[in-house]
Amino acid sequence: MDEFKVINNYLMIRLPDEIDHHQSVDISSRADRYILSGKVGNIVFDFERTTFMDSSGIGIILGRYKKISCFGGKVYAVNADRRIRRILMMSGLKDIVEIIDEKGAEMQS
Amino acid sequence: MIEIVEKKDMNTVTNDMQIEFAAVSNNESFARMAVSAFITPLNPTLEELSDVKTAVSEAVTNAVIHGYENRNDKNDKVRMSCVLRGDVLEVEISDRGVGIEDVKKAMEPLYTTKPELERSGMGFAFMEAFMDDLEVYSKAGCGTSVKMCKKIGINPWIDSEE
Repeated sequence: MDEFKVINNYLMIRLPDEIDHHQSVDISSRADRYILSGKVGNIVFDFERTTFMDSSGIGIILGRYKKISCFGGKVYAVNADRRIRRILMMSGLKDIVEIIDEKGAEMQS
Repeated sequence: MIEIVEKKDMNTVTNDMQIEFAAVSNNESFARMAVSAFITPLNPTLEELSDVKTAVSEAVTNAVIHGYENRNDKNDKVRMSCVLRGDVLEVEISDRGVGIEDVKKAMEPLYTTKPELERSGMGFAFMEAFMDDLEVYSKAGCGTSVKMCKKIGINPWIDSEE
């Protein structure tokens, strides 16, 4: 599926329009399959399409961070709008996730 | 001062609705859509709409995965009741699930009984942050009811700030 793409060793995850508990289970398990395959060193969450996220989204990001950081990987958030960014701030995720404003210039190969 | 001015509105119910739906996870999005449609006539800012949707989503998710222990059984029901008093929205979301033994503990940020499901423990904290008021009633074995209010249309200036 084109929501998940590996560029160099970055796993790009194009998140859906709305992220809630219903969506989160599927996203997490698919991301984990990539992480466990060993081909992925860092994760980029792309919020371009996303207009809604609740605390389930925090769970997805935190869970993936815990896994990838074991291997020294980093987690990025790109294209997050103001409301998404506010949720990332409030939950304290901004300390572990690098939030990139512009359309991930440094990430594209 | 604002409170005194608005007091008249506070008591008059201007609109209300109740819905009951199956405690399955696809209904989380249904519930927040229903609420946002319900408050649309008040002309909420995008910010307010998103706040209300997030809070409702958290409460319904709690009912589905904690109240009804993630059974996703159609026979388990979540009830949502919305009342408008002037420009104040009251939402009550209740379930007849397992209930919460220690509500105070459950409301602590980052506290979760289901870490294996990657729940962040932020549900109540988000409801509290995004709404003006939050009350939680629960009895072990009987169910949980979450009551939240928010005044709609007070922060257009926050929108224009950035």
